[in-house]
Amino acid sequence: MESVGSIIMYVVVALAIIVFSVLAVTTRKILRAATYLLFTLFAAAAVYFMLDYEFLGAVQIAVYAGGIVVLFVFAILLTSKPGDKSEKLASKSRTLGLVGAIAMAFVAGYSLITRSMLLLPKPEMDAPTMQNIGEAMLGTGEGQYLLPFEAVSVLLLACIIGGVVVARKR
Amino acid sequence: MEITAIYYLIPALIMFCCGVYGFITRKNMIAILISLELMLNAVDINFVVFNRFLYPEQMEGMFFTLFAIAIAAAETAVAIAIIINIFRAAKNIDVRDLTKMKF
Amino acid sequence: MQPVLPIIILALPLAMFLFLGLLGNKMSHRLAGILGTLGMGTTMVLSYIVAFTYFFSGNPDFIDADTHTRLQYVVFNQDWLAFTDFLVIRLGFLLDPISALLLVVITTISFMVHLYSNGYMRDHHGVWETGFQRFYAFLSLFSFSMLGLVVATNIFQMYIFWELVGASSFLLIGFYYTKPSAVSASKKAFIVTRFADLGFLIGILILSFYTGTFNFTDFTSTAVSTDVYQISAGTAEGIKAIFANSAVPVFMGASVLTWALVLIFMGGMGKSAMMPLHIWLPDAMEGPTPVSALIHAATMVVAGVYLVARLFPLYMMEQAALDIVTIVGAITALYAAIVACTQIDIKRVLAFSTISQIAFMMVSLGVADVDFHHGLGYMASMFHLFTHAMFKALLFLCAGALIHAIGSNDYTEMHGLRKYMPVTHITFLIGCLAIAGIIPFAGFFSKDEILTAVGGYSTFWYIWMSLVAGLTAFYMFRLYYLIFWWKEHTVREGHHAPHDQPWTMTVPLVILAAVSCVAGFVPMGDLVTWNGHSSVENVSFWTNFKALDWGVASISLAVAIVAILLATIMYKKENPLPARMKNAMPNLWRWAHHRFYWDELYLFITHKIIFNSICRPIAWFDRHIIDGTMDSFAWMANKASYAIRGLQSGSIQMYVWVYLIGALLLGAVTVVCILI
Repeated sequence: MESVGSIIMYVVVALAIIVFSVLAVTTRKILRAATYLLFTLFAAAAVYFMLDYEFLGAVQIAVYAGGIVVLFVFAILLTSKPGDKSEKLASKSRTLGLVGAIAMAFVAGYSLITRSMLLLPKPEMDAPTMQNIGEAMLGTGEGQYLLPFEAVSVLLLACIIGGVVVARKR
Repeated sequence: MEITAIYYLIPALIMFCCGVYGFITRKNMIAILISLELMLNAVDINFVVFNRFLYPEQMEGMFFTLFAIAIAAAETAVAIAIIINIFRAAKNIDVRDLTKMKF
Repeated sequence: MQPVLPIIILALPLAMFLFLGLLGNKMSHRLAGILGTLGMGTTMVLSYIVAFTYFFSGNPDFIDADTHTRLQYVVFNQDWLAFTDFLVIRLGFLLDPISALLLVVITTISFMVHLYSNGYMRDHHGVWETGFQRFYAFLSLFSFSMLGLVVATNIFQMYIFWELVGASSFLLIGFYYTKPSAVSASKKAFIVTRFADLGFLIGILILSFYTGTFNFTDFTSTAVSTDVYQISAGTAEGIKAIFANSAVPVFMGASVLTWALVLIFMGGMGKSAMMPLHIWLPDAMEGPTPVSALIHAATMVVAGVYLVARLFPLYMMEQAALDIVTIVGAITALYAAIVACTQIDIKRVLAFSTISQIAFMMVSLGVADVDFHHGLGYMASMFHLFTHAMFKALLFLCAGALIHAIGSNDYTEMHGLRKYMPVTHITFLIGCLAIAGIIPFAGFFSKDEILTAVGGYSTFWYIWMSLVAGLTAFYMFRLYYLIFWWKEHTVREGHHAPHDQPWTMTVPLVILAAVSCVAGFVPMGDLVTWNGHSSVENVSFWTNFKALDWGVASISLAVAIVAILLATIMYKKENPLPARMKNAMPNLWRWAHHRFYWDELYLFITHKIIFNSICRPIAWFDRHIIDGTMDSFAWMANKASYAIRGLQSGSIQMYVWVYLIGALLLGAVTVVCILI
């Protein structure tokens, strides 16, 4: 049995996720869409906190909310004038999209709710400390991730160079 | 009331479906990219939830999410660079109009 | 004998070809010429050493002292392509009388030509011909191929080098590849000889299929010891027996062995320009004159004679095959001699003269009978091959000097050159006397031997060949008088008076003239006979003289002198006699002048009959049915891809739709399965 506080917290977070993600894809102003995305990301970070992954939640806020959304905003400001609205979607394509998405939700939801193992209570866990995470990130043993870490670092470097090369004025 | 895994997975599923809807219907490239981020996040939540509820003593799901966030950042940066470049060349980022390089 | 010298003899020209061919453009013309000449000179000296060792050392490997029989010695015989245990193609070096003789002939002429070309392949101002280095590279390639041909130990090696000489002949005829006539001449030579070689190849295959070997020594010789063989009729009889005892001994009225030999002879006909495959040789004169001297007079064109001589014990077994050789040779000899009387281009006269003289050798082989003076015809044929190579190369090189001086092949532009070019005049006269058969020049002895051999075979052919010999003397002296006498030479405005050429060109002329004077005294009967048995005793300088059959010799000498006198009357001074004769026999003259329309006949057969009735339908079939099928595949693929290319829209949203629908269907199927 959970405490009432965490239940209320859960309800708020779940509602935020649902509402803001729906708004993010339905609003016609692109800047607003970015803002709703930001809120969705915050809600996702809250999920991580609730599940005791504080580091992950912090990374989510720092990288996604702090980095990516700012990038989005810059890009939006660079590519559109203020007050721009995207044209209204044709009802046919909107309906089709809706049907597809809902059908998908039903199929996936059906397979989710028929799995009994997803109904187990939350087991106890010691929240991973920064030391655990650091060792796992920079070790080469089992359950440790030096290789992907390095790969991602190379990827980021390539991405920096690529971004510069692609966006640079000729 | 017990908050089990399914309680987290359903909102994540809805978030994913929103992403799919946006990806299919939106015409602005940045909006499409935003939808993509939604889908990515939904998947991230799934990883974390499965990790937390099924294998609490391990950290695979968390690390997967961590790397996914890093890669998403990289991908977004490159994608936005491309979008800005396209905007420079075509004064437009509507995917329906960008057909110059089609067969 | 150690294989070192023979290997160098073969390797040096090849190395020279590669060196000059690859690096020629990097070096000066003069250096390339000197290198090529020196390389060939070295080869010549080594060949002399080998040949002299073979003939005169008395080594038991080379000669059986008791019976005074020259043996065949396999210097080396390396496996090259081993297909099965029996079917092995080898590369080797066979030393026997005729290969040693040919070594001497080839390297001598080749060296003379190399030396001569240093002068010939540049103009009066000393400017070198374009592609001079390439010319020397090809000359070296030819020398290598020809040497490889004559020393072949097996018929397949001979075939390989046979094709190589054909290829180098093609390259050299087409040396002036910017000239359309040279290009078409080289193509013509290659295609005609290639066509003939088809017969050669089939003949080889028949022969080796029945006998299971390619080696000449297995066809014609018995082993004395390892590497040493003696030619014997017994082995050839054994081969004949193999054919006679085979499942199909007779095919279309002739024995299979005859067929094989005739097909092999067909290859020889092509190379040696026998009727009806002679048409390429006159056109081959488009090549540079030294090439004509080397390839199309002295060496390559006698390969056919050499081939028949090489397999002579086998031919001996089949009189029908030998008869064909005789008849083809005799007809060609007369035909070429008649045509030569009417040609205007001096090189063409010499070309037809070459055809005629090679035909003499063929006839001589065809009539060779072992019971008549130890196979006199065979010896005479090889003797004539030797002397003819010398004096015909001399005549061609003289012609080259004249052409170089005048700038035209046409003798109507020459006339009266005797005072301007004395060296060329004298040497050309010696060449003419030699070919006409005047004692004591080289041609007299060899031709006399041939006529003796023919006379011993049949009177009809004897009269026929004597007539040809007379014609030979006539047309050669006609040419001589028209070039050097007839009327005074008029130097055209703006031209130098013609003069003798630089020493690089005159020295080979003088040397060859000297050889043509004395070559007739070489005791060929001691050196070269069909089975190696010496046919003379007490060899001396006068051997050939003593061996003369004066009955025959005096007749042929008389015929030659009469012919020369006739030519003198008609052509020494400008007079209307030749024109009157021409008008008296207009049809004969016109036919002869147009070479009896053989080229036109070939053109008619190929263009009108073969092209129209076979090639055009095949081309149509190829273009419409085969290509059409392929084109329709391509067309269908094209249409289909145009039809479906819309699917590859490049719109990611479209792709996501398709993906989503697929995923949903899969999910639905799963759900349904679970529910059921």
